[in-house]
Amino acid sequence: MPLWLFTFLAVIAIVGAFGVILQRSPVHCLLALALTLVDVGVLFVGLGAVTLGFLQIIIYVGAIMVLFLFVIWLLNLQSEAKPNGHLALKFFGSIGAAALAAELSVFFFSAQPISRVTSTPSGYGSVEDLARMLFSDYLVAFEVTSILLLAALAGAIALARRVPGAALLRAPAEIQRAARPGSTVR
Amino acid sequence: MTTPIGYFMALSAVLFAIGVAGMLIRRNVIVMFMSIELMLNAVNLAFVALGRRVGSMDGQVIVFFVMTVAAAEAAVGLAIIISLFRSRETLNADELNLLRW
Amino acid sequence: MAIDLLIGAVKAIVIVVMVLNLAGLLLWFERKGSALIQDRVGANRAAVFGLGQRLGLPNLGLMNTLLADPIKLFTKEDFVPDGADRFLHGLAPFLALFPVLVTFAVVPIGDVLEIGSRSINLQAASLNVSALYVLATLGIGVYGVALGGWASNNRWALLGAIRASAQMISYEIAMGLAIIAVVIAYGTLDLQQICRIQGGVWFGWLPRWGILIQPVSFILLLTSGMAESKRVPFDLPEGESELVAGYFTEYSGGKQAVFMMTDFAEIVLVAVLITLFFFGGWQVPWLYRDGFRFPGGAHLALPNVVVAIAQIIAFWLKTVVFCWLQILVRWTLPRFRYDQLMRLGWKGLVPLGLANLVVTAFVVVAIGAK
Repeated sequence: MPLWLFTFLAVIAIVGAFGVILQRSPVHCLLALALTLVDVGVLFVGLGAVTLGFLQIIIYVGAIMVLFLFVIWLLNLQSEAKPNGHLALKFFGSIGAAALAAELSVFFFSAQPISRVTSTPSGYGSVEDLARMLFSDYLVAFEVTSILLLAALAGAIALARRVPGAALLRAPAEIQRAARPGSTVR
Repeated sequence: MTTPIGYFMALSAVLFAIGVAGMLIRRNVIVMFMSIELMLNAVNLAFVALGRRVGSMDGQVIVFFVMTVAAAEAAVGLAIIISLFRSRETLNADELNLLRW
Repeated sequence: MAIDLLIGAVKAIVIVVMVLNLAGLLLWFERKGSALIQDRVGANRAAVFGLGQRLGLPNLGLMNTLLADPIKLFTKEDFVPDGADRFLHGLAPFLALFPVLVTFAVVPIGDVLEIGSRSINLQAASLNVSALYVLATLGIGVYGVALGGWASNNRWALLGAIRASAQMISYEIAMGLAIIAVVIAYGTLDLQQICRIQGGVWFGWLPRWGILIQPVSFILLLTSGMAESKRVPFDLPEGESELVAGYFTEYSGGKQAVFMMTDFAEIVLVAVLITLFFFGGWQVPWLYRDGFRFPGGAHLALPNVVVAIAQIIAFWLKTVVFCWLQILVRWTLPRFRYDQLMRLGWKGLVPLGLANLVVTAFVVVAIGAK
């Protein structure tokens, strides 16, 4: 992929990622993350993984981010009015992360310079190729993943549902008194 | 000029580091979760770039599975967050210290 | 290289202009068509400086819907409600419109057009996974609606937004299943290729249109498409009698115009998808690249430009028919209740789609990879 296109997409990805960690309102963080994920999807398409790029957009941006949005609504999250957390943690955390980024980047930039990418076989990244590998070499992983999704579905429902009557057990004392049959509420 | 694969790996490293910073800096559990998704995507990018370098489809298949597992993990993690919120009424990671003596 | 870019840009601009024009015309169709269905007159007052009044032109209502309404909408005061998120409030309408318009980049409006030595594929972006692209952009469409309602700081708008996004993601699954069944039947994800495969005839006279191969998918796509674009009978998110205007309650002026345009552009999109998958797309029956070949054996040779123009006209005619079908359904059926809506999506359409998918897969393997 041409260098100017990569630089443009990389800048958008990094700006989006900073947006995720620095925004105060969770919905703004979510939008920034959606932008970064679409950007990574476009990078996939540019790298030849066309099917995977569109699958990334369908799965991540179209489903997982909407799930996040629903949870933010359900919990009625507001923007963080004041900064919280330990200042020391933030300071050393940022320095640590920057050091990690710097070290890894030096490693990748000083590796043997690859001035051209090797040519890929025709049909690389197409649906047929991906499907052939999924159903032949990685068949067991594929089937196990489908069972994993079923388990995650059942688990999420079991964890997040409201058991009827459970809320009453933790209610403040007045409500408990009022709910007892035969009691009168002042 | 085509981009060398090292640039893609460097971008993946930077995104990963930003995700780590997000986990350390933010105390809101949902934003920490989003940083985890960011880290997962950085790793996906690395896999696809390396798969392209070698010319095999293995990188893409692995990314397919990572995406699926991330979806399952997001669903279960958010369900945990919902039930946590219902019992603790807070989403600040500093205040979720029930196991500390 | 530069010529290719120029041709691509011209194709994209032409297609977007066609779509936006059709969306505007649909507004007029809707007003006069609904008046026709409901046995009333509809808009019949506005005229420009009294022109054509003696001929009775204002009765058509064209000036009303195509000139007066847009001018009114764009010159109205544009306010952001108190306590609302200004950035998201302004962004949401465009976030809703963008995926719908962008989907038209992979819609083929004709076969090839040969100019000189260059043969131009009449599709703005020739992807070989265009069906996947359509599904991806449909998924992004949820954000505009969801954020529009949330950013309004209004609990009815939020309720409308929650209902709308839940409805959209539920019917996305049914739509995806319908599209996958069609893709399996044709063996390719490329929209242009799907249209090309629908050329030719069976038994010497029956055009090979997709409706004959996949009738169940047609019903599924029509229903879930109408649910995706939140048209009646699925328009509870914008339920006019219940939620004021649902997720776009707090929008006025230009932003509401953009939301309306999204609505009509989605009607066009669903109609276009139905024509492409099930009714031959740009295929005119018995018209091949070199001219007509009728079943009786008559052959009428035509130059390539005439063939291309005939195909483009056929495509838009079929699209208009399905837009009209959607308008007809809107003004005929009452609205679904929310639980009925979700039940239809999850317990009705998804199992039907899965069953259709399994049967299609079996038939394709049995016949031997069509």
